[in-house]
Amino acid sequence: MESFLQQLINGISLGSIYALVALGYTMVYGVLRLINFAHGDIYMLGAYFGYYLSRLIQGRTPSHLLDAAVVMFLSMLGCALVGIVMERLAYRPVRRASRLTLLIIAIGVSLLIEYSSQVIFGADPKFFPQLIPETQIHMGGLILTNQQIIVLFTALALMVLLNLFIYRTRTGKAMRAVSFNLDAAKLMGINTDQIIALTFALGSALAAAGGILVSINIPGIDPLMGVMTGLKAFVAAVLGGIGNIFGAVLGGLILGLAEVMVSGYGSSTYRDAIAFLILIAILLFKPSGILGKGQVEKV
Amino acid sequence: MKRLLWITGALAALALLQWGCSAILLDGPIRQGPYYYQIMILAGINIVLAVSLNLTNGITGQFSIGHAGFFAVGAYVAASVSYYGGPGIRAATAFLPAVGQDTVVLLLALAAAGLAAALAGLLVGIPSLRLRGDYLAIVTLGFGEIIRVVILNVDAVGGARGFVGIPKLSNFFWVYLLVTACVVTVWNVVRSSYGRAFIAIRENEIAAQAMGIDVTRHKVMAFVIGAVFAGMAGCLFGHYTMYLHTNSFTFVKSFEIIIMVAIGGLGSIEGAVLGAIFLTVLPEAFRGFEGYRMIIYSLALILIMIFRPQGMLGQASLFGKKSKGKRK
Amino acid sequence: MLFSNTMKNRSRIHALRNAAFVAAAAALAVGFSGCNKKDAAASDEILIGHYGSLTGATATFGQSAQKGIEMAVDAINVSGGVLGKKLKVIVEDDQGKPEEAQTVVTKLINKDRVVALLGEIASSNSLAAAPVAQSSRIPMISPGSTNPKVTSVGDYIFRVCFIDPFQGQVMAKFAANTLKVKKVAILRDIKSDYSVGLANFFVEGFKGLGGEILSDESYSQGDKDFTAQLTALKGKNPEAIFVPGYYTEVGLIARQARKLGITVPLLGGDGWDSSKLWEIGGAALNGCFYSNHYSVDDPSPILQKFVADYKARYGKTSDSIPDAMAALGYDATLVLADAMKRAQSSKPDSIRMALAQTKGFMGVTGNTTLDENRNAVKPAVVLEVIVDEKGNGRNKFKESVSP
Repeated sequence: MESFLQQLINGISLGSIYALVALGYTMVYGVLRLINFAHGDIYMLGAYFGYYLSRLIQGRTPSHLLDAAVVMFLSMLGCALVGIVMERLAYRPVRRASRLTLLIIAIGVSLLIEYSSQVIFGADPKFFPQLIPETQIHMGGLILTNQQIIVLFTALALMVLLNLFIYRTRTGKAMRAVSFNLDAAKLMGINTDQIIALTFALGSALAAAGGILVSINIPGIDPLMGVMTGLKAFVAAVLGGIGNIFGAVLGGLILGLAEVMVSGYGSSTYRDAIAFLILIAILLFKPSGILGKGQVEKV
Repeated sequence: MKRLLWITGALAALALLQWGCSAILLDGPIRQGPYYYQIMILAGINIVLAVSLNLTNGITGQFSIGHAGFFAVGAYVAASVSYYGGPGIRAATAFLPAVGQDTVVLLLALAAAGLAAALAGLLVGIPSLRLRGDYLAIVTLGFGEIIRVVILNVDAVGGARGFVGIPKLSNFFWVYLLVTACVVTVWNVVRSSYGRAFIAIRENEIAAQAMGIDVTRHKVMAFVIGAVFAGMAGCLFGHYTMYLHTNSFTFVKSFEIIIMVAIGGLGSIEGAVLGAIFLTVLPEAFRGFEGYRMIIYSLALILIMIFRPQGMLGQASLFGKKSKGKRK
Repeated sequence: MLFSNTMKNRSRIHALRNAAFVAAAAALAVGFSGCNKKDAAASDEILIGHYGSLTGATATFGQSAQKGIEMAVDAINVSGGVLGKKLKVIVEDDQGKPEEAQTVVTKLINKDRVVALLGEIASSNSLAAAPVAQSSRIPMISPGSTNPKVTSVGDYIFRVCFIDPFQGQVMAKFAANTLKVKKVAILRDIKSDYSVGLANFFVEGFKGLGGEILSDESYSQGDKDFTAQLTALKGKNPEAIFVPGYYTEVGLIARQARKLGITVPLLGGDGWDSSKLWEIGGAALNGCFYSNHYSVDDPSPILQKFVADYKARYGKTSDSIPDAMAALGYDATLVLADAMKRAQSSKPDSIRMALAQTKGFMGVTGNTTLDENRNAVKPAVVLEVIVDEKGNGRNKFKESVSP
């Protein structure tokens, strides 16, 4: 029983990592219908920005938390800029091309970031500084850390904030309009280019926040850390219903729990396959994800 | 009768080319010969992969990014046939000369690869009936990953240590025979009533259904045909490299095949062929840049897609009647 | 109106795109021809080839080996080269893919005309490339491929590292006899041939010594979260956990194990050897043991010089202490140069003959003798990891095991 509860904690902790990355995925997808494969790499860049920034900043401000906040803010800003540049240079010129073209460019951007990072940062893993010192919390035989709790609650908080932003602000409304119909939104006087750039900036900033929080929890970063996490987060987003913000978090948690339970009670050698098996099983019954709206094709 | 003549002619031409290639490139005066030969073989295998994926992706419009999965199934099944069954088959065909025995082993391995991949294609084709677009894409990607993880866990095919001891049975002749067979088959399928049904499904599924096309059957068929050729390519790949490891079959390989199709021009057979050759040669051409090679490669990829989003050939056809592209 | 306007724009953009596409294609063509013009081997140079994963998922190992090789070549050339000629290494990236390894080895042999090959770290890539080297009769020395099958490809294939059975035995004996543990759990990297092979031979050896394997869990190279497997292991109460992975993951595994309250020692192989391990794992690694080729405490001058040179050369950019891959790459190069000197020739066949007779060669990773199966026979050391709170670590020599 105790070990089951511990596995539950492990699962939710892993799931909140996927959820955090899936949020950005789902946002860009929701607005542009683009699977931004480079999202996982932005997550990695966020972690690296955090790594270099914290070497500059750590210890220069009065408290640990302030350190962490400054590093996080600057790195989110940096990634938002990368996101805007990426959208402007790589995606905007082909916005009206076929979906496949966009996808190939996304793959290209992802490869470009990965290979450049291997040259610039070096391929070996680096130790991410403990911006927030670890405190262990013991409950009976169960062990969890403050860092795990922070990741989970940040994911939940961002989910709520993002939802508020999209449904309660003017810009959010504009975003929904762009997502609904780009041309109609343009005709309504919405600066669609700006909205899309903003979406990328926001999505990338989310990825950076994810990269830093996860790296505080799991302090080994390397240039390819975003590949598998990105892929799993994407699976989580699809699982929950891509384009749906609650779905992303739900999908992330389900995926995290499933992986942990399979490793813990089944066979850990099949762990990577399980994510996809669950995905296939769920999509067979609910083709647009758990919370996704089924689209009826009009004739 | 005419067709028989064609086939004999093609076989003879390929045999001649094989003889020529090995005489000039492998044993001949050109010092880079074996290197070029190696690239030609890999290009051939990539052509089969790209053309077969093009049937599913480009022509039927079923977005699949799990092609490396079929490739892997074919490679491992075929390797198992010749590794475990090889001695038995040779004993049964002892009356043939060594070349004949090799041919029998390879043909059986090819058949097994094709069959296993067809089953896998059927398995993946079925979800495609309910899913479309990105959802289908992620399911096919997942399928490819599941295959890879399963192979890692099978000790009989080496698992993580790789499959060692596969006989070298494939060569230029076999690879380009498969290339020819694949291109001719896809070419004929596209120009048959099936092909028109595939294209109709791509353009508008509901309209196609309204026109009386059995969408279910055609979708699964596109998957199965694509998978069979990918599986056979896997067979020849394994019997050329003599060693298999799951690192050759990750989702990155699936991406590579998609990129070949997209760079060539989605839906164009010649485009897929060109794309495959281009993307096999391109990274080799960049070898001079050493550490920056893959950065330049990915930049080139992005630039080509930005400036030529429809691919090198678009949907155009180099030969024959130009197939009509999208109306609008 | 609106429509025709966009049409016009479209066609203009189209023309622009076509022009740019042609430009891009032209750039490619230039790139291709540019690389063909690579200088032919000058007669005062001996060309050797190195193929490794310089990019891709295992890039860190290929890059490390390349650093070691570069250092060795420079050291040799500074002291007069080999046979009065300078050594030149041509390095090719195989991205960690077997078929790519085969292609680049074909290129190195036929296009660049190298007289010998160094590579690869991963056995899977060595196994794909070795048949090419064998059939072209070019000697190949693998710095780090531990799968026994690599050298059985043929008599041109050598290695300077341990093979899995030996290292598995060493740790099995250490666990059973020195640590006196009876129940061990395994956590292996299912994606890495090295880890799977080492785990298999450890299990065999440990069971042979009367030990019991409680459970056998796995992870995949690149994973970051190991809590599920570790929680499952913890429930079985092992007395030690054998983690034959690479330092890239082991640091995190140690950290998460301690976090979950697992206090038993972790054991591993030479894949652990890197200062990155201490940095990432920190104090969690205290009381863990691994087998290695050498101990930094070893006063041997060649080793101390290697470590100092490495620090001077790469200390600024990355890790300051060489990992096992760099040390093995260095030794593989020295063994090769030594064979050329003894053969008094840079002809592949003569090099092969001399390589086969390598005996008692003193390198960084110890005293290397190549046996009749072209495998390195050298003692292994077992090291204890000691790390302080700041992540400054060192290894304490525990015992030496001879084959």
